[in-house]
Amino acid sequence: MSATIDDMRARAAAPPAPILQVENVARYYGERVGCRDVAFDLWPGEVLGVVGESGSGKSTLLRCLAGLDTPSAGHIRFDDDGVLLDIHALPEPARRALMRRAWGIVHQNPRDGLRMDVSAGGNVGERLMDRGARHYGQIRARAADWLGRVEIDPARIDDPPRRFSGGMQQRLQIARVLVSEPRLVFMDEPTGGLDVSVQAKLLDLLRVLVRDLGIAAVIVTHDLAVARLLTDRLMVMKDGRVIEQGLTDQVLDDPQQAYTQLLTSAVLV
Amino acid sequence: MTLMVRVTNVSKTFVLHNQDGVRLPILSAIGFSVEAGECVVLHGPSGAGKSTLLRLLYGNYKCTDGRIQIRHEGEMVDIAQADARRILDIRRRTLSYVSQFLRVIPRVPTLDIVKEPLVTRGVPVAAAEARAGAMLARLNIPERLWRLPPATFSGGEQQRVNIARSFIAITPVMLLDEPTASLDARNRDIVIELIEEARMAGSALIGIFHDEAVRERAASRRFDIHSTNAAEAA
Amino acid sequence: MSADTALCADPNYNFAYIDEQTKRMIRRALLKAVSIPGYQVPFGSREMPLARGWGTGGIQVTAALIGPLDRLKVIDQGADDTTNAVAIRSFFSRVTGVETTQKVAEATIIQTRHRIPERPLTEDQILVYQVPQPEPLRKLEPSEVETRNMHAWEEYGLMQVRLYEDIARFGHVATTYSYPVMVNDRYVASPTPIPKFDNPKMNMMPALQLFGAGREKRIYAIPPYTKVRSLDFDDHPFTVQSWTQPCTLCGARDSYLDEVIVDDSGGRIFVCSDTDHCEGRRELGHVGPAEDSERST
Repeated sequence: MSATIDDMRARAAAPPAPILQVENVARYYGERVGCRDVAFDLWPGEVLGVVGESGSGKSTLLRCLAGLDTPSAGHIRFDDDGVLLDIHALPEPARRALMRRAWGIVHQNPRDGLRMDVSAGGNVGERLMDRGARHYGQIRARAADWLGRVEIDPARIDDPPRRFSGGMQQRLQIARVLVSEPRLVFMDEPTGGLDVSVQAKLLDLLRVLVRDLGIAAVIVTHDLAVARLLTDRLMVMKDGRVIEQGLTDQVLDDPQQAYTQLLTSAVLV
Repeated sequence: MTLMVRVTNVSKTFVLHNQDGVRLPILSAIGFSVEAGECVVLHGPSGAGKSTLLRLLYGNYKCTDGRIQIRHEGEMVDIAQADARRILDIRRRTLSYVSQFLRVIPRVPTLDIVKEPLVTRGVPVAAAEARAGAMLARLNIPERLWRLPPATFSGGEQQRVNIARSFIAITPVMLLDEPTASLDARNRDIVIELIEEARMAGSALIGIFHDEAVRERAASRRFDIHSTNAAEAA
Repeated sequence: MSADTALCADPNYNFAYIDEQTKRMIRRALLKAVSIPGYQVPFGSREMPLARGWGTGGIQVTAALIGPLDRLKVIDQGADDTTNAVAIRSFFSRVTGVETTQKVAEATIIQTRHRIPERPLTEDQILVYQVPQPEPLRKLEPSEVETRNMHAWEEYGLMQVRLYEDIARFGHVATTYSYPVMVNDRYVASPTPIPKFDNPKMNMMPALQLFGAGREKRIYAIPPYTKVRSLDFDDHPFTVQSWTQPCTLCGARDSYLDEVIVDDSGGRIFVCSDTDHCEGRRELGHVGPAEDSERST
């Protein structure tokens, strides 16, 4: 714990620079607009929420940011320890290597982010082995430690995720992503398929982990309550464009745009 | 004396786009300053915009017009113009908001809720936990409750947990939104003590207090919103 | 390689059965495979007079290589006298007329399934493997697109996960056949389906090793003197099988042994799987404990 705080201090002491610089990103599917004119900076330790209804372009944007889809226009630059990389201009091997090394993606459906036939320990350990870890005992110890951190009984380290509840599977996915201590994490509706009571605990877990590790995160959600609890900053998307952005509580409590006012009045946040 | 907060010509009008664009002017041309060690009480009838002003000061609401400067790390920063990241930084180190409502994620133990502001500021967990315990004890929260989430606590207990969380890490500027409402006399006194301690430590406090007695004891000065507004409206 | 040098070959077939254009195509694939050790090169696998899965990949590789002066040995399960080995040997005998042999030392091309001969191979020899499943990642990742990407980007964490799962479940790596290897520090390859006992023989082998998968249409290669490392963990290093007793027939303690049931009451003996190795030793006078004890009584 104290080590991570030291890490945070070290990061705070470094000259401040955004970890992700997004410049006029657009994604078209033929005539149809996925998203357009998206621009923002994301700073280390900052959690950005992207909200909007289905079809607003938020998932398209996330796929472009995470390197899973190629934007039709614009640039996405990642600060790789002082070296600014235009991620979509990189050759694919370099981009894949970067994603493996510095990024993590938490999928809405844990089945998309887990290997259902591989044990919990193997799932958590894969990222470490991907990066060249070759000591079974150490890999297993770190996997057990992370299971504990996401509140899964380490005694279940050899159980496959098939035997876990939905909430546990999602926590396992989070452990699998965070074990390699990525600097940037993308989350797509991370609490989407869960019961409300399970969501609450997971949200707190995410909040604490993101804070302790000083991770920057982009969270796509349609759930404004999730956005309020997890994010520092919010972007509201409609018809592929960002129509309002700012401090999360300010956007939710004093929305300026008609659409955002409608969105916030439709739900109790 | 050190100037901590300067509010200049601040106005706030809400525009309700989905109700035929109706405009609700709440505040106009507000101006005042607060120095270190002061506790300024906002005064005015219900609906005068006291809470709105407090939220503007916190950056929770957007100013329609005017400047709200807050001394942050030695320089006066305009909250009304600062970007989100700057406001977050100010909130992290300079500015805090104390409400009467505990708003936390369910199922998190009380002790963790109270220690969090310290942990966020880099205090080691063990030390943060010890200070959180001391603060809870001072506010008469029985130790057997510390490990439980406050969802099942009484309203008064939840409110005191919130006070503990808010005063555990005193900031240079503190905004108080009726922190003593519905507290019993004994606990109200403790909150007044905490406010005095914050003033002694050099914080500037701006608050709304319903209770006349608390207002008398906690406040060093009073700012009358009603008169300002009425003057403008006239 | 022309028809006049192969006098005993069946004149109704082109030399080595396959037409010359196809041989060229396979040779190009082989050259590419040798240039990128461990990389699986796609090739246009042809129909052979044998069902796919019975060694058609190895046969095509051998057919593309073999010349009239070669001497061919075919091994199946370590033995020269099993059905598949006999069939393939007689096939090449008929369509090429080349000499065949059962002795490792005399062969220039050795086509094998399951085993690497115990006797060390030389620079003048080529070992051709019949491969049923060339993709070591297949069991873990069903998508061919994805496994190709994983090879391309060297994303081999998943391969290690397979070994991790073995240790977690059984306390040791339970994979005994097709044990994955890292070729030339770059490509993970499957030495399917030899026992892991033979894996160390692949490392820095003087002979050229070629792998043909007919059904899966892939060719890959390990050039002579190439580094081949069996995957493992630092704290669970790679080990080969060992036996508590020597070969019943020749007394060898350093060869791969097959368990053979000898009677209806469950009696069993262990004998060398490499029949040439076993016979060679017995010709030199080595005897196993069985005959030893018979002789002493």
